[in-house]
Amino acid sequence: MRFLLEYPEIFFSLAGRHLELTLLSLAAALAIALPVGWLLHRFRWLQLPVLGLFGVLYTVPSIALMIMLIPLFGLGGTTVTVALVIYNQIILVRNTLAGLESIDPAVMEAARGMGMGPGQMAFRVQLPLALPVILAGVRLAAVTTVAIATIGAKFGAGGLGTLLFDGIAQNRADKIWLGGLSVGLLALVFNHGLQLLERRLNRHRAVERPAPAA
Amino acid sequence: MKQILFDRVSKSFDGERAAVHRVSFEVPAGSLVVLLGPSGCGKTTLLKMVNRLVEPTSGRICMDETDIRSLEVTALRRQIGYVIQQVGLFPHMTVGENIGVVPQLNGWKREQIAARVAELLELVHLPPEFASRYPSQLSGGQQQRVGLARALAADPGVLLMDEPFGAIDAITRASLQDQLIELQQRLRKTVLFVTHDVDEALRLADRIAVLRRGELVQYDEPCALLSRPADDFVRELLNADDRVRQLGLIRVEAVMRPLPPDFRPGVLPALESSADLRTALSLLLQPGVQALEITREGRPAGVLDFEDLRSRTCQPLQ
Ligand SMILES: Nc1ncnc2c1ncn2[C@@H]1O[C@H](COP(=O)(O)OP(=O)(O)OP(=O)(O)O)[C@@H](O)[C@H]1O
Ligand SMILES: [Mg+2]
Repeated sequence: MRFLLEYPEIFFSLAGRHLELTLLSLAAALAIALPVGWLLHRFRWLQLPVLGLFGVLYTVPSIALMIMLIPLFGLGGTTVTVALVIYNQIILVRNTLAGLESIDPAVMEAARGMGMGPGQMAFRVQLPLALPVILAGVRLAAVTTVAIATIGAKFGAGGLGTLLFDGIAQNRADKIWLGGLSVGLLALVFNHGLQLLERRLNRHRAVERPAPAA
Repeated sequence: MKQILFDRVSKSFDGERAAVHRVSFEVPAGSLVVLLGPSGCGKTTLLKMVNRLVEPTSGRICMDETDIRSLEVTALRRQIGYVIQQVGLFPHMTVGENIGVVPQLNGWKREQIAARVAELLELVHLPPEFASRYPSQLSGGQQQRVGLARALAADPGVLLMDEPFGAIDAITRASLQDQLIELQQRLRKTVLFVTHDVDEALRLADRIAVLRRGELVQYDEPCALLSRPADDFVRELLNADDRVRQLGLIRVEAVMRPLPPDFRPGVLPALESSADLRTALSLLLQPGVQALEITREGRPAGVLDFEDLRSRTCQPLQ
């Protein structure tokens, strides 16, 4: 841990960069996945091709995906962010879709029958009801993103991966350990934070008191 | 309160045999009409064409002479209360928020909505503190009361109810039916009510539309259906030969005579017009009772004697 004690400001700026990469790509991925998931729910015939495409992209190793994106976005944060966004689509879209499909059809029929438009249904009914399932997807995506963002250091995006790769190059165990542990810790923090949020959201829904007589 | 007109309405789902075939009838403003028939005869399909959850293949539906297709679909739906068997309350909203949905969509102010929610909870006999509960904390019967309150929230002229009490135990169902009758006497909505429960239909309906395989077989008042069933299907469906059972299902107001000109109130034993004929019969069977004074909210509204009971419920001998 010598490095942390000697250069705390370098460590924290790398950690901050890692966090930034993760949050940025998660936010962008979600901004795409939510409407895409909604479209797949609404137009079912889109499901097979779109999920198929994202599924295939998911199987491309992350390093290969980043290399393929370099000609388009150059070396640096953009390539890594785009790769992470693509990578997360399958998880987020699939969970958005599952969340939407889990909504009781009677609830949707009531919403429609009461005169809600598609937008009102999306924001007042579908999004809040699908949110727990969507969040479970975000949690999974966050953990994966924290891990994969490490590779970003190889492509000039910075982040905690820098410590790992420098450590390997310079044969310095303390850097390797520090890099590895802090990535793990960050993933844990994301996992726990989002889990707490999920529980909060589920609270009133979990209440299944024995029904009193009418 | 709106009149609804079905004019040769047909619906076939993707080219199959018609689910609804050339159905024409008129629902008078302020009356409760029951759509009755066996499973799959097209009741739900017919109902959903009124709020355009289903579009007719041919024919037209008018509300107060306006073809509903000329109205904007969300605007149309907000003038129509919709209650379904599965209730479909929003589980992430409190009871109060559920009831307030349509007023909120219509841009009411917060205090207005709160006042309306309190008013409606009282109307459906739920305590005011239920406003802050979640639907999962309510029994099935209570949930359906909230469903009804939610449908009534923006004071729609028309109410569509698709087997609203179908999933509720017999005792609770009877009390909900009583409440609906009471409510209807006060609010006089135009109600279309789907059921395949004959007793329920006879209890609630001003008129009954009997459907079979998508076609309208008979459209008449409960009494008339029982005394003059159009064919054997209707006779058997209504179990029209069991008179004693029917007495418990038909309301006095359906068979009473108008007040004679020389009527003197307070002489005859009185009975509310919403009581059933069985109650009327047991009063008439008491010694010395010749006729009954039928009252509506305490005021004389008609008379009923034994002969009325016989002539207006029993079918003529063949
Ligand atoms: N969305 C649909 N697509 C295809 N066929 C349908 C659809 N909805 C209803 N049908 C068919 O139309 C016919 C009438 O159905 P409908 O739901 O109106 O019957 P119902 O009288 O309400 O029956 P139940 O008492 O069982 O609710 C049935 O044969 C049904 O299979
Ligand atoms: Mg039905």
